[in-house]
This record gives sequence, C-alpha cells and structure tokens, in this order.
Amino acid sequence: MSVTIGAREVPPPSLDGQRPPSRLIAEGVSAWFGTHKVLDRVSLVMEPGRVTALIGPSGCGKSTFLRILNRMHELIPGASLAGTIELDGVDIYRGTRSPTDTRRRVGMVFQKPNPFPAMSVADNVVSGLKLSGVKVQSRADRRDVVEHSLQRAGLWNEVRNRLTDPGGALSGGQQQRLCIARALAVEPQVLLMDEPCSALDPTSTRRIEDTIAEISKEVTVVIVTHNMQQAQRVSHDCAFFLAGENQPGYIVESGPTDTLFSSPDDSRTLDYVRGRFG
Amino acid sequence: MATTPTVFRLDDASDAPEARVRLRRFHPDDLTATCGAGVSAFCAVWLVYERFTPLSGGLGFWLSWYVVFLALYWLIVRGRDGRMAATDRLATVVLTTAGLGLLVPLVLIVGYTVYKGWTALRPAFFVKDLRYTGSLSKATDGGGLHAIVGTLEQVGLAVLISVPLGVTTAVFLNEVGGRLARPVRLIVDTMSAIPSIVAGLFIYAVIVLTLGQNGFAGALALAVLMLPTVTRTAEVVLRLVPGGLREASLALGASEWRTVHDVVLPTSRSGLVTAVILGVARAIGETAPLLLTIGGAFVVNANPFHGKQDALPYFVYRLIKFPQTAQVQRAWTGALVLLALVLVLFVAARIVGGRKPGSAGILRRQRRHDRRERS
Repeated sequence: MSVTIGAREVPPPSLDGQRPPSRLIAEGVSAWFGTHKVLDRVSLVMEPGRVTALIGPSGCGKSTFLRILNRMHELIPGASLAGTIELDGVDIYRGTRSPTDTRRRVGMVFQKPNPFPAMSVADNVVSGLKLSGVKVQSRADRRDVVEHSLQRAGLWNEVRNRLTDPGGALSGGQQQRLCIARALAVEPQVLLMDEPCSALDPTSTRRIEDTIAEISKEVTVVIVTHNMQQAQRVSHDCAFFLAGENQPGYIVESGPTDTLFSSPDDSRTLDYVRGRFG
Repeated sequence: MATTPTVFRLDDASDAPEARVRLRRFHPDDLTATCGAGVSAFCAVWLVYERFTPLSGGLGFWLSWYVVFLALYWLIVRGRDGRMAATDRLATVVLTTAGLGLLVPLVLIVGYTVYKGWTALRPAFFVKDLRYTGSLSKATDGGGLHAIVGTLEQVGLAVLISVPLGVTTAVFLNEVGGRLARPVRLIVDTMSAIPSIVAGLFIYAVIVLTLGQNGFAGALALAVLMLPTVTRTAEVVLRLVPGGLREASLALGASEWRTVHDVVLPTSRSGLVTAVILGVARAIGETAPLLLTIGGAFVVNANPFHGKQDALPYFVYRLIKFPQTAQVQRAWTGALVLLALVLVLFVAARIVGGRKPGSAGILRRQRRHDRRERS
C-alpha cells in the first residue's frame, strides 16, 4: 500500500510490517490546573506490547496522567506540568517532535464514544489519516485501511454492510469499537484508553476487552479503569493511584498485575483491590 | 398434590394480529364539552348583544364570546372531572388559542399578498422588464425581471461577502478566543443594532459618492446588515458541537485548523445553513439601504458593478406610490414574487444543508457499487 505523507518525516503505516510498539517512560510528572496541583511526581514505565492499567479512586489524577502522555493535557486552559515523558527515548515535551505528531503516535480512546456524526462509518475509520495529513492514494487502499482497522477493533463482521451509515447510527458498544478502529487506523505505537467501557453494557465491555487483548501484541496499551476485575482481566501491569483529601494524586504502588492484586507491598493497595474502600 | 405447570403454547398466538392498547383515545365527551360551551356562549352573547343591550361591534362580540366560552368550558369540565382537571384543560385551550392567534397575522399577510398580487401575475412578469411599459399600460404588461435579477444578484453578493466573513468570525470567537474575543463579540452585537438606513448611508458616503450607484453598493449595505446575524447564529451553532469531537480529532493528530475544517464545520453544517437563512431573511426584504445605493431602474441591468439596478423591495416601494391601479397591481405582484423567492431560497437551503452524513463524500460511489454487488 502506498502512502504519501505531508511535510513531516513519518514512516508509512503498513498493514503487515508495522512499527513496533513503543516504551513510554514517565519520570517525575507533576500537573497543575491553575494553582491547584493534581499530580505529584509520578513515575511509571509502560512496557512495549503490554497493557498497563491505571487504577484508583475518582479524582486521583489517573485521567490527567493519561492525557499528559499524548499532550492532551495542555489543551485545557490553565493546565501546566513538570517532569519528562519519553516515547522511545525522545522527550515528547522538550524534543523536536510536534504535539500533533506525538498525538498521532500516541492514540486515545475516550470514556464516551465520540464518532464524528457528520461522517459515515467508513469515513470515521479513515478520518484520522485525513486529519493528520496522510493522503491515502487509491480507493482500494482506503478500503484496505477500513477493513483492516475494523477487523482489529472486532467490528468488521457487524458493520461490513453498513459502512455508509452515519457513525452515530451504531449502538454504544459498536460506536466505542468504531472509535478504537479510528484510533488504530493511523497506526499508533501507543493507545491510551480513558475508561473505555464505563458507558457500556457487559457484552460490549467483553468485546472491547477481547479487542484490547488482540491489539496489545502490536500496540502498547495504557488503560484507566474503575473496574478492578477489568484491570485484572486485561492488564499485564498495574499502577495504583491515590490522593489524600485536597492533596495531589501519586502512585502508591506499581508492578505486574498479578503481584499487585495478590500480594501488594502497601496495605492501602490491598484494601483497594479487595474493595474495602474507594 | 402435583401442580400442573402452566404451559404457554406459542402457536396459541394464532395469526390474528394483537389488539394494541390505544392510549390517549379521543373521548366523545371532550367534543361535546367544547362544542357545547362554544354554542351556549354564542347564544348567551348573542342574546346580550342583539336583544338585551344596545351593544354592537364584531370585535367586542367575539371577545365576549371567547371569555364566556372559557368560563363555561371551565364549569363543564369541573363538573365532570374536578377543579384541577378543569384548570389544566383551560390552560390547554388558552395556549392553543394563543398559538393559533399567532398564525393569524402570518396567514393574513401571506393571504392578502397572494390575493392582491395574483391578478397581475403572468409568466411575462418573469421575463420582461418595464422598458416599454408606462403607468397607463395594463397591469399584465411588462414585468419585474429587472427587479428579480437585481435582488438575486445583490443578495447573492451580500451572502458571498458576509457568510465567509461571519463564519470566520464565529470560528475565531469560538475556537480561537483569547482576550480579543470579548471586544469582537461586543462589536458584533452592536452591529446588529445598526438601523438599516444608517448602513445605507455609510455605504452611500464611502462607495456611492465616489463610484456611483450600482448593485454592488447595495450588496455591501446588505452585507453590513447580514454580518452580525450570520456571525452570532454561527457562533451559537459552533458552540453546540460537543467538545468530545474536537478532542477526538486532536487526539488523532489533527491540527486545530484541520479539526475546525474537517470535524467542527461539517458537524454543524445544517446549523450553519440556518445562519445563512437567517442572514438572507434579514437582508432580502430590506428597502432602506437600497434607496440610497442601487438607484433603481426599469430596465434589466445584469451587471451589478456598473450602472443602476432595481430590486424587488424597491420595485414595490416605487410602484405602490403611483396613483394608477395598474402600477399598484404590479407592485403587489412584485411583493408576491418576493415572498415566493424567499420560500424557494429557504427550501433550497434546507435541501442542501440537510443531506445525510456520508452521502456527499466519495462513498456515494461505493454505496452504488455495494448495491450493485448485492443485487
């Protein structure tokens, strides 16, 4: 498949030999909204090809941390941060890489499904390519991208005959998988998911978890979840965030999910994963 | 004792269609109550007006009738359903009357214009101008082509000027913002209060005094009037686009310009069409700014940049002042055509703006292809 890229130096997305998943290293990340500090010196390594779950009660900075990883944090007026985020050894905040390029490499799926209502299902899938300035040359290539991305998101069989329907006509779970397909179509190295299943029913949740397991071989996944069982099911590594009252959030403990859930070092982690608080 | 399990036999559902529960079924009592109250109120008021007192006058009669009707209706419903229900129904009746009452001026205006304008409306009105037609010729002679051409060109040019400008300003106010947004919004709001004759005077002083009267000057004056309407409506429409869509687009690696161009504007397309419609509605019937700018003509002048032009509102304004009935009839026909023009433009805009998502893109071809494959 031939692809021309705009002015930027980006390796062409390809269907078989795609870019390997990346390692994300957060080092001493703090974040503020105005003068209110919400994150305090968080350090975490997100290993390539693995699923890292961020767990913890509401308001402890998990989503903020996630949004810092692809430079979405700075879009909120008054938001600022400190520390470094390294994507494959390059600091995304101080390096030469533009914010848009970083976001293209680090995709994101949001809590609420948000397909573009003015576009059809197929247009939604390829919208990322168009929006980030990648020109798909022929209609055949376009169809390949649509089919491949929808297959990776586990949606192809359900929508193969509805590609021209508006994206908003799908069910909630399908819309969320459409959003995953849309994020995957630009071939990101990392995929961030901000409570992707919290608005969905158990069946759709199950499908999306299968999808996560499937794509984690090719993409590094970081997922925020409130659902302890989900974290246990889908993630390889886990980080437990906590925030005191009116205090910034921090990581209590992180490590392999099995260890964190069975024999954590910190008693608060054990209390939280056993459902004793939070 | 063994209980026999209840067996639901599926085939018991037979072929007969199920009887649906009919909610909100119309009750014959409602009709009797309404009609009864109406008729008895009429009789009572008639007796008072025609027999017992020397009162007269249609307006007073019907107002009294309405008041008595409401009172009787309330009493009847109270007797049957109680006080609360009666007040509820009374409110329904009053609101329905108010809604219908609002339709009255609209129907009267449109109806009267159609009635007056119909007599002199001939196909010739759309193809002839008033070149060889004087005040004494028949009303069916000549036509208003010069005015129609003028209005279409002036409003079209005004749209071409004000819509890009207005939508750009709205995008600035909503997507870029910053410290400048407040003063800009204030200026736009102030602009919407400019009296139309002042807009005309402004263009007269700036353009007409140096370049002379022409259609373009009129279009500029109309654009000044349209701009605030288009800007404010477009701003409101853009604000309705969910922030999640912008975030989704930015998270895919889109620049802000791409996000606005490919996500925000297409999502709000039908709303933006409404903005254009409201702008056109503001401009198309304006006469005051045109008085000073276009000059008026009785001949077709298709070039808006040179020479005087006519416009439908101006055509109506000039002809209605003539003492000859033929000219007055022509003016009414002009008014009717103006109304029809507005209708046609609005319907066209709705059709263009209301297309379903996906039908416009490259996918139309693919859908046709899919259909062929399936069949």
